[in-house]
Amino acid sequence: MVEVLKTGFCDTIQDLGRIGYQAYGVPFSGAMDFYSASLANRILGNDNNAAVIESVMFGPKLRFSIATEICITGAYMNPMLNSEVVKHNVPISVEKGDVLQFGKLEYGFRVYVAVLGGFMTEEKMNSRSMYSAITSKLKLSKGDTLECLSKTSINHKPLSSVKINKKHFSHNEFEVFKGPEFNQLSKQQQDLLFDNTLTISKDSNRMAYQFEDRITHELGGIITSLVLPGTVQLTPSGQLLILMRDCQTTGGYPRILQLTESSINRLSQQIFGKKIRFKCII
Amino acid sequence: MSFELTYHRFSECSILIEWPSEIDEKVLDDVLLFKNHIESCSIKSIVQVNNAYNSILVIYNVAIDNVNDKILALKALYSERVIKNKKTSKCWKVPVCYDGEFGLDLNEISIQKNMSISDIITLHSDTIYTVFFIGFLPGFLYLGGLDKRLCFPRKKSPRLHIKKGAVAIGGEQTGIYPNASPGGWNIIGNSPLEFFNVNNDVPCFAKAGDKIQFVSVSRSRYNSILHEVIDGTYILESEVLDG
Repeated sequence: MVEVLKTGFCDTIQDLGRIGYQAYGVPFSGAMDFYSASLANRILGNDNNAAVIESVMFGPKLRFSIATEICITGAYMNPMLNSEVVKHNVPISVEKGDVLQFGKLEYGFRVYVAVLGGFMTEEKMNSRSMYSAITSKLKLSKGDTLECLSKTSINHKPLSSVKINKKHFSHNEFEVFKGPEFNQLSKQQQDLLFDNTLTISKDSNRMAYQFEDRITHELGGIITSLVLPGTVQLTPSGQLLILMRDCQTTGGYPRILQLTESSINRLSQQIFGKKIRFKCII
Repeated sequence: MSFELTYHRFSECSILIEWPSEIDEKVLDDVLLFKNHIESCSIKSIVQVNNAYNSILVIYNVAIDNVNDKILALKALYSERVIKNKKTSKCWKVPVCYDGEFGLDLNEISIQKNMSISDIITLHSDTIYTVFFIGFLPGFLYLGGLDKRLCFPRKKSPRLHIKKGAVAIGGEQTGIYPNASPGGWNIIGNSPLEFFNVNNDVPCFAKAGDKIQFVSVSRSRYNSILHEVIDGTYILESEVLDG
């Protein structure tokens, strides 16, 4: 079992989300950065879909009441096990009573902590990802205890460490498809979208990323239609919204672009204030 | 009736199919006919097919290699679908209490529209609405068919907390908040039913293509239904409609 001694800015349990329930209006949810969450699981020999902790900006303080193995991936926040600095992207042995905590954010925005076998928290609609009206908890709070298996109950061979391409965190160009309403923009507006950089606003979260910049346009709304994580909507006031993992299943704003899967993962590691740019791939 | 459809690669793994841009039951019938046909073919690479008013999103299990091949295959499926001459649909009788305790905005609508509250209730509960799809929130039904006389603009500043089950009017739409949430629609009543039950295999009783009719109930009947719903003994009435 793992006890939450102190919470970070926002800590949630995430796996790869809910697939097949969108016809009931249920969001996909799941780890914002699938790449880092899956990597942590694979390094431990877990199922790709095992539940991990996702923490934003600064991490939680956790105490282990069992001996197990963990793996930390994603944003680097100077993780410490007891008073020892620990590495990212390697299996780490923890003993009963060990305490994991995080320090200053160095790069990235979201850190992932995987445990051998995954966290066995409440499962709803084939997923443990926390979401309002689906799971009873929306985020971790102080005093929460998370079930997990102890080391002896799993056999696996530790894998060697993995080298991560730092561009996953630093590259500021994001690949997009043209959205269904892209062609309703004028040539000049289309060019503006790709020529300018956009500054990520503070109002970005698991539902959507927002930007400080505005695009003047004359597009009306659309008849409510389908959207996905990665859909870039343009609001009547000229605001760009990039829908993220917890987004609604439908929306009424024009969909001008669609991020690729890897761009969604990379965007979720970008902190507010960062400048990004779109690159069309088709 | 066949429509001119557009096919658009939406993401690595999905294709968006769109009908003419209108909210119309004829469009919905064709959307659902095509959607059901794709689903009935049990194509292994297709994970799910979702619909809205005039669109379908087909989601594949892996990145699409050759999008033209996939579109051709979908076009072939569209031409294969069998158009039924006679259709039936299920109409759910949804109890709603329009008491002032719940209908927070009934007075405002009544004053603005110069229409009595009982006329508002009669108009709202006489109509048979069509479920176009579920979206916005888990279990939120997009209903078509609101009487034009009841259209009322959304509130300028949304309420931070709307009660679960609130029945509301927003612009040209009416709907039910399946769970407590913030929202800008005008509240006219409350339904004691569960519109989204996360523990059920099928979490919503209604699906796209079904019909809904609101049935006005007293405050005391509302309470007894609420208890029956909690106990699991409430039987929701429905009837089969032709055409």
